Amino acid sequence: MGAPEEGPARHYLLARADFQSLFDALAREGYTTLGPTVRDAAIVYAEIRNVEDLPIGWTDRQGPGTYRIERRKDDALFGYNVGPHSWKGYLYPSRERLWAAHRSPSGFTVEPPEAAPPRYAFLGVRACELQAIAIQDRVFDGPYADPAYRARRASSLRIAVQCGQAGPTCFCASMGTGPRVGPDHDLALTELLGPGSHRFLVQVGSPRGAAIADRLPLRPATEEDLRARDALVDQATSSMGRSLRTDDVHDLLLGNPGLHRWEEVARRCLACTNCTLACPTCFCSTTEEVPDLSGDRVERWRRWDSCFTLAFTQLGKGSVRRSPTSRYRQWLTHKLASWQDQFGSSGCVGCGRCITWCPVGIDLTEEVAALREESSAKTAVSGGER
Amino acid sequence: MGPESVAASPTSDAVPGLPEYAPRPFLLQDRRQETSDTVTLTLVPADGGTVPSFRPGQFNMVYAFGVGEVAISISGDPTRDGPLVHTIRAVGKVSTALTRLRPGDVVGIRGPYGQGWPIDAAEGKDVVVVAGGLGLAPLRPVLYELIGHRSRYGRVEIVFGARSPADLLYYSEVQEWRRRTDLRLQVTVDSADRSWYGDVGVVTQRLPDTRFDASRAVAFVCGPEIMMRFVAQALEARGLAEDAVWLSMERNMKCAIAQCGHCQYGPLFICREGPVLSYRRLKPLLAWKEL
Ligand SMILES: Cc1cc2nc3c(=O)[nH]c(=O)nc-3n(C[C@H](O)[C@H](O)[C@H](O)COP(=O)(O)OP(=O)(O)OC[C@H]3O[C@@H](n4cnc5c(N)ncnc54)[C@H](O)[C@@H]3O)c2cc1C
Ligand code: SF4
Ligand code: SF4
Repeated sequence: MGAPEEGPARHYLLARADFQSLFDALAREGYTTLGPTVRDAAIVYAEIRNVEDLPIGWTDRQGPGTYRIERRKDDALFGYNVGPHSWKGYLYPSRERLWAAHRSPSGFTVEPPEAAPPRYAFLGVRACELQAIAIQDRVFDGPYADPAYRARRASSLRIAVQCGQAGPTCFCASMGTGPRVGPDHDLALTELLGPGSHRFLVQVGSPRGAAIADRLPLRPATEEDLRARDALVDQATSSMGRSLRTDDVHDLLLGNPGLHRWEEVARRCLACTNCTLACPTCFCSTTEEVPDLSGDRVERWRRWDSCFTLAFTQLGKGSVRRSPTSRYRQWLTHKLASWQDQFGSSGCVGCGRCITWCPVGIDLTEEVAALREESSAKTAVSGGER
Repeated sequence: MGPESVAASPTSDAVPGLPEYAPRPFLLQDRRQETSDTVTLTLVPADGGTVPSFRPGQFNMVYAFGVGEVAISISGDPTRDGPLVHTIRAVGKVSTALTRLRPGDVVGIRGPYGQGWPIDAAEGKDVVVVAGGLGLAPLRPVLYELIGHRSRYGRVEIVFGARSPADLLYYSEVQEWRRRTDLRLQVTVDSADRSWYGDVGVVTQRLPDTRFDASRAVAFVCGPEIMMRFVAQALEARGLAEDAVWLSMERNMKCAIAQCGHCQYGPLFICREGPVLSYRRLKPLLAWKEL
């Protein structure tokens, strides 16, 4: 996938009145369109067919442990920040059949996988979410690449949407994952909404994106449209609610397993697993054996698991990570530190979901700051040793 | 390149068109009761194909139809083509189902996975092997290799410990090895009644008795984590370098291909960078509680 050129040449405008044409083009190209929609008082991702399915005129108000949707003063289609869902739910489903087998003369026979993968178009992928997908690509790649993940990923289309505002729990700017949409996408939209004008700047990021763009009633964009986009990105950057210092975080977390703060946060943590389920990069899973009633055919399923459960580290007579302290510590050190050793990047894109969806509002940016403070206080006391 | 720098590579005969996750059927040829709860299974591919070659210390995911899948070390002889051998202790659902199988039954196998013992690095050196209980299973292929190519190695010192005489694995084979003059095998049990004439005590108590040239020796250690920690400390105190001591780690494991996340140990995936790892790499991690 070539990086799009800057400058207006590869930039187009789509009028709000023509937005339905995008849905129609995706359908004609054989995609199942998944995108934001209002359901059960949240903006979630689901299969959508029409522009009316989008959360028109809705936004959200987020904070540690709180999420509410509310009306906007305008009719923006994408005027919200990320909700409880992420695209992980489609590329790496929460439950998936790995294989099935039936008894046969040679013992058992494993059945070939099911038919072709779905062809998804993800509409409304935020900058941090593009990065989250790239992070999971690295997990499911390598010598033992997961063929089902790879197939779904290869056939899916990512239509990014720039954030025009950041939420109070967002910190992508400090993670280097946003708010500006990076070059790796198929199409990127910027919603430009002003008095008497509602239009979308369309950037083409790949040949498959171009195939869709070709079907849209587009007109060329102007320098002014690009400036409007940049202003929106600046607005999102300056409204970023949180930040996390990353330069020292690897050594800070891996060098301080014994800090008191680990115990302190673990007293608040319910080990409910919400953070890991909401996180767009968390990938841990377990397997289930599902025999049919006769016992002659079995299915093997994989489902999301969480390092916050006691059973996760079961070994012999007990579990390795018995205390909630060790489990929270595992999650945070993995996400922000050992992930770098394993996959060459942080495991966190700063989307803020784990902060918003934590029932007790535990905030990893605050935890890292507190750990840093305790660690440097300790270093100061011990005369700067180690 | 040491084994730690070798990237995991798929060595299994994966069924074409099927994900790495799919097991291959193996026929149970022979089942030997080792102790009251432990059996050794001899397996051949049900499809008539070949048994994948393995490096000592590697493991397979072994699948009991309709019950589940567990990580089991390969305990057979790597120096010759032959059936696949696994020694399994019944501790829970899947391992119990596997130990109850009878000749003619079929299990699923995928693997081998992981980094084994750095046998090549032991050439020309004294070799110390310390096994506790079931820890002898992943070390038995090392012993076959040492004995099979005896002239390649210096002194060979083996210490094998078990809870009681009734828990000793590979009993007749161990007796044979004890009679050999080209290696020394000490057997000790934690406790025994008067019918036991051998040593009583934990393996670390036998270590001062072992003879090796610390400047050119390697040690391979497998057993309960706490035992490995003490053995590694004792060997270090005897002058062995941290990267001359190798331990085989155990963690909960669901996939064996670094995707389920269960076996993470700090930055390591035990299934991919391990299970055999150098003490140099493990020492700082072993100091963490509940890692
Ligand atoms: C690299 C490696 C090599 C091993 N080699 C051998 C061997 O040669 N012989 C042998 O008998 N056992 C071996 N084990 C341990 C064996 O995998 C466990 O005894 C087995 O998983 C227990 O599963 P279960 O369903 O019978 O027990 P349950 O108690 O019902 O298991 C519950 C869950 O915990 C997991 N679990 C429990 N104990 C362990 C454990 N010790 N290690 C990993 N996961 C565990 C199981 O996979 C399962 O998911 C090895 C483990 C590892 C990681
Ligand atoms: S750790 Fe939290 S902020 Fe970071 S990517 Fe996961 S859910 Fe988003
Ligand atoms: S940090 Fe919050 S969301 Fe995560 S397990 Fe603890 S209580 Fe649940």
